[in-house]
Amino acid sequence: MPLNINLQQILLHLFNFAILFGGLYLLLYKPVKDFMDKRQAKYKEMADQAASTTQQAEALKSQYQAKLDQADQEIAERKKQAQQDMQEKLNQQEADARQKAEQLLAKARREAESDKENIMESASRQIRSLAEEAASKLARQSVSDVYDEFIDSAKADIDDGFDDDEDEPARGGDRS
Amino acid sequence: MDKKKKKRFLIVWAALLVILLVLIALMGKPGPNAETLQDVMKDGVLHDHNKINALGMQVNPSVIADWWIIGILLGAAALIRIFAIPHFKEVPGKFQMVLESLVDLADGLARQNSPHRHKFLGAYVFFAGSYIFFGTLFELFGIQAVTTTGASMSLPSPLSDINAAIALGCLSYGVIMSGGIAGNHVKGIGLTLKEFSLPISMSFRLFGALLSGMLVTELVYYSLSLSFVIPVAVAVMFTLMHAVIQTYVLTMLTTVFYGEVSLPSPKKPKKTKTKAAKTVKAAA
Repeated sequence: MPLNINLQQILLHLFNFAILFGGLYLLLYKPVKDFMDKRQAKYKEMADQAASTTQQAEALKSQYQAKLDQADQEIAERKKQAQQDMQEKLNQQEADARQKAEQLLAKARREAESDKENIMESASRQIRSLAEEAASKLARQSVSDVYDEFIDSAKADIDDGFDDDEDEPARGGDRS
Repeated sequence: MDKKKKKRFLIVWAALLVILLVLIALMGKPGPNAETLQDVMKDGVLHDHNKINALGMQVNPSVIADWWIIGILLGAAALIRIFAIPHFKEVPGKFQMVLESLVDLADGLARQNSPHRHKFLGAYVFFAGSYIFFGTLFELFGIQAVTTTGASMSLPSPLSDINAAIALGCLSYGVIMSGGIAGNHVKGIGLTLKEFSLPISMSFRLFGALLSGMLVTELVYYSLSLSFVIPVAVAVMFTLMHAVIQTYVLTMLTTVFYGEVSLPSPKKPKKTKTKAAKTVKAAA
């Protein structure tokens, strides 16, 4: 054949190639590739695991964050509720105190009114008695004065005559 | 290395070179070449003259070179498999890093160009890349073999033989077709056959590139006067660079075409015949 192309030589080369291909594949390429693939798979698994762990951590974090937010919200609501309750209690207490005060005031007023009435009654009674007493005194005084005048005139008459009988008008006054 | 030691090293090195040059001069003129330059070149291209007896057959030197490469690569692979791979650590050392980088390079190239189907392709790229790279570098070692004529010859890079290049080109084409079949079934065969020039272009690209390197090397070594210093540059330019470039080119082409033909083509939505369409058809 031209260029010394020889089918037998070509087949010999192909035979050699087949041996070399198989040998290199089995002895070198496959073991090294397997080792690299295993290592890659291991690192990929580690990376996946890390990613999964990170994802889980993120999920937990968001979960906790949500819980924290919820707790904050709950705290705020409770605080608000407590403030409302406190305000209500304060209002209630204030209302009670006011009511109590009003009751006390009313009672005090009633008592004061009663006292006033009593005092007025007592005063009027006293005034009446005083008036009566005064009237009686006046009445008695007018009689006594006349008597006294009589006595005094009498006494003056007597003094003129009897100096020792000075005390008798007084005794006669006491008797009256 | 301090100055004194450096000076001593340079003196010894220079003396060694001088001694070697003197010895070469004392050996006298080399005898006439057994082959003419034309013969060397022709044999470099066609491999029709220098054959080697092996397993009861007369084979091209490239087949023997193949065996050497297979022996070296598989031996190294077996040693690595037994002594290195069981002690691999999750945090790789230098050697493990090199191995992982090589495997990752092949797998990455396959994954990049054929993301939908790349498991087998990665292994093929690893094999093809290793073979082309180490096969090209093999000629630097100058391992000798005895031809059927009794002459000694330096084993060439296997891919400088058109038969090896055709074998690798066709194998790559077969791998591409297998990807097409796996991805698109019968349609995959059609997609691959559309690129009918691919095996020829891949084979002859490899053959041409490596042959050119080999011819330049042969040319340089044919003359004794050119065998000093120049081979260093020639080896780097025509062997190391070819090794890297051709490895990259073939693996890249294979993965790109594999990715193209194995990509499942989107299913066309079935045309549903509407009542109106049926009426129109009936009216027509």
